Amino acid sequence: MLVSPSDRQACDSDLTIKQMDTKILIAVENLSRYYGQHLAVDAISFDLAQGEVLGFLGPNGAGKSTAMRMISGNLAPSGGRIAINGIDLLDRARLAKAQIGYLPEQPPVYPDLTVNEYLSYCARLHRVSKAQRGPAQTRAVQRCGLEGVGRRLIGNLSKGYQQRVGIAQAILHNPAVVILDEPTVGLDPNQIRDIRRLIRELGETHGIILSTHILPEVQATCTRVQIIHHGQLVFAESMGALEQRLTGNAVVLETVEPLDISVLQQLGNVGAVESLGARRARLRFNGDNPAAEVAACVSAQRWGLVELALERQTLEQVFVELTCRENNAAVAAA
Amino acid sequence: MLFTIASREFRNLFLSPLAWSIMAVLQLILAYLFLTQVETYMTLQPRLAGIEGAPGVTDIVVAPLLQTVGFVFLLIAPAITMRTFSDEKRNHTLSLLLSAPVSMSDIVLGKFLGVALFFFTLLLLIAAMPVSLYAGTTLDGGKLAAGLLGLALLLSSFAAIGIFMSTLTEQPVVAAISSFGLLLFLWIIDWSGTSNEGVTGLFAYLSLQTHLGSFLKGLFSSTDVAYYLLLTTLFLVLAIRRLDQQRLTG
Repeated sequence: MLVSPSDRQACDSDLTIKQMDTKILIAVENLSRYYGQHLAVDAISFDLAQGEVLGFLGPNGAGKSTAMRMISGNLAPSGGRIAINGIDLLDRARLAKAQIGYLPEQPPVYPDLTVNEYLSYCARLHRVSKAQRGPAQTRAVQRCGLEGVGRRLIGNLSKGYQQRVGIAQAILHNPAVVILDEPTVGLDPNQIRDIRRLIRELGETHGIILSTHILPEVQATCTRVQIIHHGQLVFAESMGALEQRLTGNAVVLETVEPLDISVLQQLGNVGAVESLGARRARLRFNGDNPAAEVAACVSAQRWGLVELALERQTLEQVFVELTCRENNAAVAAA
Repeated sequence: MLFTIASREFRNLFLSPLAWSIMAVLQLILAYLFLTQVETYMTLQPRLAGIEGAPGVTDIVVAPLLQTVGFVFLLIAPAITMRTFSDEKRNHTLSLLLSAPVSMSDIVLGKFLGVALFFFTLLLLIAAMPVSLYAGTTLDGGKLAAGLLGLALLLSSFAAIGIFMSTLTEQPVVAAISSFGLLLFLWIIDWSGTSNEGVTGLFAYLSLQTHLGSFLKGLFSSTDVAYYLLLTTLFLVLAIRRLDQQRLTG
């Protein structure tokens, strides 16, 4: 379940890019937020188009939740602009908020209400018309797998179910933008898979912002990734571009007999060859993967092939590199 | 939208045993008081019959009862209003209201209406006691109505003050104690025996109790109505400002 389904993902993101029209659902410009003297979010800007699932990553305290609370209208920004579906969130808050579904870190559920009572209250709060209320509620209940618990008190449900009630509340009024702050916390693996499927499904017609600590989750659900660190956006790329970046341009070779680097350097496409010990080397390449030629060369030289693998960076490595490098830079600056 | 929030608030009160227990205890205590008051009237009645322009049953039974109702509500109103915003903040449910397309004033007024509606329900139940006297005698209907109106206004200001106090803290108990303190202070503020005429007058004007007193005498004065309406509006506006400010400071 935690395996990153990279092939399907690549295919998914291609698909969504094709479907994507240029309708911008969220436009954030120079968004900043101070808590007293502490700058929690530092002038971040980004757009979110319909059909995109944007993954918001960052270490604890990086400013993810603050940014999401601002975009959902729960917190006033210290500076910058937010437009939801072209409507300014600060000037015309009520109209803009009607387009948003928001699940905060803690699901905002009333323990004293039953699931049905709660959802019907949420529908009223979001001005869902009387005729639409029933069908909207049924759809949300189905999508979040809440059939059978409708008459139970939310306070008596498990954390996972409460989380799903929170998600149901966020998608109930069919908002253009859905903002989910760590939606899979507290769910079991099956539920996580269901919720991820739901997010991908919603992502086809809505714009979704998702924050999470779980990196495979981003690879499984998102079409774009942003990493926020010390309040700043340090990384923002589409999933396709990220996949390419992660694939890398090096192969690692290991043999039984000692290697002769000068021979390897003669091969087509192979650039620099880095020795990793007598029997191991990293071959950087330009263009196509030279693995076939390398293998042929190894067998011709009778070195005895042990390993020949495409070097693949993980999102985790990118994450660590970006967030730790920043730390080191900050330390160096201080 | 206002009414959606108000009806939710009103019904939420009945989901917890708190509202029911308050209703029961209140009825029990006030019924006891009412009966002792009726008994007092029975013993006084032969003597009163001889006096020209003597106080009637409304003055002897109803007015003291309603006066006590005012004071008892001073004790229980904070227990009802403490939950309005403190609980939402503690349970992290306030963000549901904040991210819904409703304005801050809708939220505060909705909660106020819900709580006020609950207080008025209690008042109606209490009003049934004096009204039951119609079975054996006639009451001064005007005086009773003025007294109930005065109480309704008083309870509205209790609700507004309690709701404001509840926006200040995440701890319901702190909200309850601080609103009880403020209400009690406003109730007894005219007790200060300053020699300065002007200050005494000001304190008497600020007191919650003196304004209720004139209603109980059957006086309907626009000064008293204005006092309660101003007090209610002031604290509701403060609550709205407070929530707006919290959105700014986080």
